[in-house]
Amino acid sequence: MSKTREILLGPIFTNNPIALQILGVCSALAVTSSLNVTIVMCIALTVVTAFSNFFIALIRKHIPSSIRIIVQMIIIASLVIVVDQVLKAYAYEVSKQLSVFVGLIITNCIVMGRAEAFAMQNPPIPSFFDGIGNGLGYSVVLLFVATVRELTGSGTLLGFEILPLVTNGGWYYSNGLMLLPPSAFFVIGGFIWLLRNSKVDQVEPVEYKLASHTK
Amino acid sequence: MIEDYLSLFVKAVFVENMALAFFLGMCTFLAISKKVKTAIGLGIAVIAVLTITVPVNNLIYTYLLADGALAWAGLPEVNLSFLGLISYIGVIAAIVQIMEMLLDKYMPALYNALGVFLPLITVNCAIMGAALFMVERDYNFGESVVYGMGAGVGWALAIASLAGIREKLKYSDVPAGLRGLGITFVTVGLMSLGFMSFSGIQL
Repeated sequence: MSKTREILLGPIFTNNPIALQILGVCSALAVTSSLNVTIVMCIALTVVTAFSNFFIALIRKHIPSSIRIIVQMIIIASLVIVVDQVLKAYAYEVSKQLSVFVGLIITNCIVMGRAEAFAMQNPPIPSFFDGIGNGLGYSVVLLFVATVRELTGSGTLLGFEILPLVTNGGWYYSNGLMLLPPSAFFVIGGFIWLLRNSKVDQVEPVEYKLASHTK
Repeated sequence: MIEDYLSLFVKAVFVENMALAFFLGMCTFLAISKKVKTAIGLGIAVIAVLTITVPVNNLIYTYLLADGALAWAGLPEVNLSFLGLISYIGVIAAIVQIMEMLLDKYMPALYNALGVFLPLITVNCAIMGAALFMVERDYNFGESVVYGMGAGVGWALAIASLAGIREKLKYSDVPAGLRGLGITFVTVGLMSLGFMSFSGIQL
């Protein structure tokens, strides 16, 4: 039981896919300007990672290693098509806002990376939980970034006004920069800083030591 | 005609830079930008792959997948566009494989220089992203060639300049928690801010 727990919860902080493994950064940046869209993206990615891990683990003993990348790709692509069609049918507005990024789950390194690193060596059930765990790790970072960006950028959360804007008679001047793409980088950089301040073992080693007299 | 293509090219390189405005290909962008030399090698590979795959995917979309595209085969009612994702990724994987074999046979020097990056390009989201943008924006064949190349050049430019900055950055005294990945994110953020000054340029 504790192993399942570790597989499920480990990726959230101790082995976060975005902050530590540098996987799946692309979509983390692009879809985080409003919380609504981000939540849909997180669910989509978690579902795809979990099921792709499950199916790949199910047939892992029958995949010849020379064509494994193609096989994994096809499984992932089929799952993404299902997700894409479901979104188009039931959440058309959000799927328009996500535009190409639903399709880009195929090339999201988290899905591929976990399939290659975990699902190819482990039975289906643990792989399924590993997929969910990594999806959650990804979601934590995305939700953090999206909350910061939407709150400071437009004073709302999920479309509800939290900080009343000056234009609506309130007191908060919205920070337009937070809605622009570059802010996502700063927020993620800050998230990594926070995370590594509490988990000191994740700090990267110094490449060049400064001589004492230059300090 | 020429001006249209030129403006599309400039737009793809600077205004809508794949890496800095749409964050595509970020994983490779952050992971393989420690040295200028490897960054340039990877950049060239991406340019080549994008210039070939975007037009090929364009042909596949126009003649096989789009709504009513199969009219030439006597099936005007068929709409296969839901198969888009799986066919683009198949095309990309196949073309990267073919390029690898051709380069190995005819240009071994370049093949050795690119090394492991070539197969990695298959999962680079910039390639897939360009194909999806091409479909979303209804580019014709000529435009898709220009767009593919422009997107590639823009990405290569971004990764080469990031590598240049990171080569200098490693001598600096960064706070412990930001060291490595954190400061790279902040750097990319500043670069992206710089590239935003191109937006709004009309040609």
